[in-house]
Amino acid sequence: MTAPLLEVEGLVKRFGGFTALNRVSLHVKAGERFGLIGPNGSGKTTLINCISGALAPDGGRILFEGVDITAVAAHRRTRLGIVRTFQIPKPFSSMSVIENLHIPLEYAAHGRLHGATGSEAAEILRVIGLEAKAHLRPGGLTQIEMRKLELARALAARPKLLISDEAMAGLSSAEVDDILAILFRLNEQRITIIMIEHIMRAVMRFSERIVVLDARERIAEGTPEEIVGDQAVEKAYLGE
Amino acid sequence: MIAWDLLANAVVAGLLLGGFYAAVSLGVSIIFGLLDIANIAQPAFLILGSYAAYVMNSTFGLDPILTGLLFTPVFYLLGAAVYRVYYGSFERRGEESLRGLVFFFGLLFIIEVSLSLKFGVDYRLVQAGYIGKSIEFAGVGIAYRLLVPCLVGLAMTLALHLFLGRTFYGRAIMAVSQDRLALRLMGANPVKIKTVAFGIGIAAASLAGALLVTITPVIPSSDRDYIGRMFAITVLGGMGSIGGTLVAAVILGVIESLMATFYGPSWSLAVSFGILLIALAVRPAGLFGR
Amino acid sequence: MPQAARTLSVGLAVVAAGVLIASLRVNPYLYFAGYVIFQYIVIATAWNILGGYAGYVNFGTPAFFALGAYTAVFLIQSIRAPLPVLILAGGLVSALLGLGIGYLTLRLRGVFFSIATLALSIVLQTMIINWDYVGGSRGLSVIRPSSPPFGSYVTFLFTVMVLLAVVAVTAARFIERSWIGRGLAALRDNEEAAECMGVPTLRLKLFATTISGFLLGVAGAPFPYYVTFVEPNSAFNLDYAVNALAMPMIGGTTSWIGPVIGAVLLGSAQQLATVTISSEMNLFIVGVVLVAFVVLAPEGILGLVRRLRGR
Repeated sequence: MTAPLLEVEGLVKRFGGFTALNRVSLHVKAGERFGLIGPNGSGKTTLINCISGALAPDGGRILFEGVDITAVAAHRRTRLGIVRTFQIPKPFSSMSVIENLHIPLEYAAHGRLHGATGSEAAEILRVIGLEAKAHLRPGGLTQIEMRKLELARALAARPKLLISDEAMAGLSSAEVDDILAILFRLNEQRITIIMIEHIMRAVMRFSERIVVLDARERIAEGTPEEIVGDQAVEKAYLGE
Repeated sequence: MIAWDLLANAVVAGLLLGGFYAAVSLGVSIIFGLLDIANIAQPAFLILGSYAAYVMNSTFGLDPILTGLLFTPVFYLLGAAVYRVYYGSFERRGEESLRGLVFFFGLLFIIEVSLSLKFGVDYRLVQAGYIGKSIEFAGVGIAYRLLVPCLVGLAMTLALHLFLGRTFYGRAIMAVSQDRLALRLMGANPVKIKTVAFGIGIAAASLAGALLVTITPVIPSSDRDYIGRMFAITVLGGMGSIGGTLVAAVILGVIESLMATFYGPSWSLAVSFGILLIALAVRPAGLFGR
Repeated sequence: MPQAARTLSVGLAVVAAGVLIASLRVNPYLYFAGYVIFQYIVIATAWNILGGYAGYVNFGTPAFFALGAYTAVFLIQSIRAPLPVLILAGGLVSALLGLGIGYLTLRLRGVFFSIATLALSIVLQTMIINWDYVGGSRGLSVIRPSSPPFGSYVTFLFTVMVLLAVVAVTAARFIERSWIGRGLAALRDNEEAAECMGVPTLRLKLFATTISGFLLGVAGAPFPYYVTFVEPNSAFNLDYAVNALAMPMIGGTTSWIGPVIGAVLLGSAQQLATVTISSEMNLFIVGVVLVAFVVLAPEGILGLVRRLRGR
């Protein structure tokens, strides 16, 4: 059995007196489509922030490809292949769409090599479906286009593990399918994907395995069918 | 041999200074600590309050602290107006950081230079019955001109603490600092709340300015002495903690007083700057911070 | 590469023009004024590398400028060092100051860096006032070297400042167009996203503060020979603080051209104004113009031009 791509062991995170993550553990296999769900305030965003390096945990470890990265800076984790998108898109507003991609291409994907990145950026925009807007500033994009830009930027960083943080929130049904199709396609290219979503039909369709967080702890894990029938999950979402 | 009476005098003076420094920093504690607005023009409003007290004192012979209290509504409105401009130009567009800072710096600058143009660079001071008198307590001399501002400072701290904890607007201001969404759900308008808070912060600064001119003469560039002190105290005390502000103010006051007594007065600014840097490096959340 | 060759030749042409102008027999006051304007080109450009490119506001320009000046004073008093050494040393000391302040505060939010720089000038001024070797609060007289390479010493200094301006602008332009500049722009636009896209934000910020500090120190190093009497109030003058902000903001902060435009316009206006209005009034107007620009036209003249062109 091959080692998992990402291992989170007993992660703890406190903010003052408040425990945001209480010894959460999970693992994600290479090439897997992994879902992370849970009610608001359950600790999903904190967990993602710890994995991406935006926050330093107070306890536990994170291993990527077998190496302990708990103390590694966020920008280095991106170069190692852990890339995340943001729930509320954070584009580089003074640059055009295609220039937004140049940043991860120069800094994350190619490491120290700073050569021409033009054609690669154009190709990514084509895959995501944004090539018509390549020279527009992010200010002129629609909601779904902004979400696609987040994904395109993440793709430009050449991820091994892509964490998609609520990329579909607030989108129409057709737009959700659009994003879902993109994520499926990326997974076909052997990018491991962790999807955090509230839109159940998307998570159920997409995920091979799901972990459920509630009240800062992991309460369930399994395939979509197993999760749907799980009593603890039902209680977490619907109350007693 | 330690000169005990020198030490005692220095400590007492420092404690009294601390009460005054608390008054000086309350405004920043609210505006920067709670509202998270880096209003670096705050020292200019402090000095503006000093000059207002001076003008009233030299023209009508009004007691400076009385002037300070009377002028509080005026400065409250001024603060509210400044916040509206800031909100409309920057906060609403999400552009706070760079441009907001430059805006406040410009304001600081304009106020200081305007005072310079109007009043020149001579030291201005006030006359009041209690300035120059002092009382003896346990062998230590306590000057009234230090004692009265300290007491007013303590009163201001208490008043603000009660306001934030017990009144609707006070609690709304605390809520704004923690969770904007919750505030909206409460039915209150965050902009209105922040306007009130900013106004109070500026009013506090101006009252502290009246206390300042009671303690020592001022010139337009006196505001620069307080930049480091205001922010050092706010950071050390814990952003937004009123009690923390008082404790930090007293600590700074005592250290400054000791340094001034034994090493000379020119190092007092280095003290506050040093405390600021150390606090930022070691514990940015401050002594009582969240 | 043709790009670099073109830049180099433009730079050399500017310096040559400077030397030419310096050798003309014009009213010496023009050289004094010209020196100040080119000095501001260096200052504004230096400020903008950190403020405009990275988005971190430095309110303590006088500290860095004066540190360069006083480093020069120290070296003049102690070993009578030649001008190139003064310039390099002044730059290095101010660069270290930039690195130090950056290291202490840049891991926190940008606001704390700005607040620290605001307090910095005052504290440094206090320390210099207490240092008698460089004149303390009374100030110090500095005697210019007797034989400048050409012309009078003032015209020589003028040319040197033109050269320094070319160096500063070239450096800024190079940074702006390089991968470093793109990384700085990313961290200015959204630091969190930049870090997550692989940009080493802390390292780039420290680089920007160090380079900015270096250039400000370089601008200050010839100051003692320019004024011949150095005292803290003039070296730490508030003019530097407000102009370092106003010139890039008025010209436009996103490109190297902005600070140059701002420095030339505002600098010339101030030189003309000092003969007619008081220096206080001068400062007051600059303050008002600064606030007006930041509220109404935050992208400066460059931004206005861009909008007129319809881009």
